[in-house]
Amino acid sequence: MSVKVIIPTPLRPYAGKRDSTEVKAGTVGEALGRLTTEFGDLRKHLFTEDGKLRSFVNVYVNDEDIRYLAKENTPTKDGDTISIVPSIAGGSCFFHDCRFYRCCSALSFRACLRRQA
Amino acid sequence: MATKVQPMTGAANSAVSLSNEEILRYSRHLIMPEVGMEGQLKLKNAKVLLIGTGGLGAPLGLYLAAAGIGRLGLVDFDVVDFTNLQRQVTFGSGDVGKPKTEAARARLSSLNTDIQIDTFETKLTSDNALELFKEFDVIVDGTDNFPTRYLVNDACILLGKPNVYGSIFRFEGQVTVFGRPDGPCYRCLYPEPPPPGLVPSCAEGGVLGVLPGIVGSIQAMETIKLILGRGDGLAGRLLLFDALAMKFRELKLRKNPNCPMCGEHRTINKLIDYYEFCGVRGEEAPAPNVQVPEITPRELKSRLDRGDDLFILDVREPHEFQICNLKGHLIPLGELPRRVHELDSSREIVAHCRSGKRSAEAVDFLRKTGFRKILNLKGGIVAWSDEVDPSVPKY
Repeated sequence: MSVKVIIPTPLRPYAGKRDSTEVKAGTVGEALGRLTTEFGDLRKHLFTEDGKLRSFVNVYVNDEDIRYLAKENTPTKDGDTISIVPSIAGGSCFFHDCRFYRCCSALSFRACLRRQA
Repeated sequence: MATKVQPMTGAANSAVSLSNEEILRYSRHLIMPEVGMEGQLKLKNAKVLLIGTGGLGAPLGLYLAAAGIGRLGLVDFDVVDFTNLQRQVTFGSGDVGKPKTEAARARLSSLNTDIQIDTFETKLTSDNALELFKEFDVIVDGTDNFPTRYLVNDACILLGKPNVYGSIFRFEGQVTVFGRPDGPCYRCLYPEPPPPGLVPSCAEGGVLGVLPGIVGSIQAMETIKLILGRGDGLAGRLLLFDALAMKFRELKLRKNPNCPMCGEHRTINKLIDYYEFCGVRGEEAPAPNVQVPEITPRELKSRLDRGDDLFILDVREPHEFQICNLKGHLIPLGELPRRVHELDSSREIVAHCRSGKRSAEAVDFLRKTGFRKILNLKGGIVAWSDEVDPSVPKY
């Protein structure tokens, strides 16, 4: 059974810059497993070290949040769409050289400027 | 699943009529039965607080002021920066260096002299949020960082105020309304923020200027609908917008019965330290620095002029190389590990990036892989522009 997985902008660099991909899977867990097998760099962004979905990443089958279905055991059928929706804070980090990552999201721009200086 | 917008309670109906000038100004609202005189008076009596006057705050401020929201509060502590002008359309070139709240007030009051604009040139904190929010009917979250988003959420839930939420990343936006009776809150959607250090790297940062214009405009529309009590609000729905694909999608947002903030058994009863919650040790935490051998732009210039055999390695991204370059060999930092073979370890290498931080990582990495004759250009291409060649643009 083929499901479409929509990859959000922040995770596209770790998924070969793809915005979506088709995988064969009968459950959400299987689909994410296939996805992270294909794109290994995605794994640490989606799962904790003990294999749990990260709490700032939500997964939907069609328009339903899997936390209110059967979580990763939620069955999928042919043609379903799985959406990965991470939290985004905004910000527009100007510093291509930034090596702090995410501080643009965690700090104010001015604080970020100070850090970069 | 759309839910009908529930009329807000608590807005004191003080103004009972519009002046003739106001009737003319708002005539295109007044002739719509969905707004009409009753709706326009609701707008006039409404008090809306905008958290952030940047990319999202720009269309929000402009449209809400134009619509005749009687009292607009603006919270921002930042000053207008030249790089803001690409998207923060409230500001003009002459505003660079001015406090954002002051520049926004000038722009919005020239747009509509009938409204009251209150500016708060301060950082929103756990100490001042409740005091600030309680004066207003609707809070609009146009911030750019996780600690403030959780703070706005929690303060809204504690006070029972609606929170019109919008956020953006590069080409993508999210919009919803939190804090409605029986509706979910931000913590229902995301119980925890991402730890610093995870997605995304700032080399993938930036934002297309129109995106906050679109997302902020949707927030302005939701704010007005809340005040009018009209239409189907976004409470319980997360609107996702992908500007590249030009697609809108919507997902169901459910109230988490176990939410520590808005659930049946609330465990968070006051505002907390949101920087700690978000894993940020505090703004003034010293930046960790990789110590690597360096060369200053002036030293590099004189050595190049002398004809020394130096290999310039540029570890920026290709789109940055197009902005300006020092005719170096381009290997983006992320590709360095698998492209090391392109480098000759017997030659002396000078690595550079925009400001010297990414290239410090590159130098550190290359030294660990056995390169010995490698230096980091101190201050990067920015310092090169400042100290050697001002014709190289800074970005």
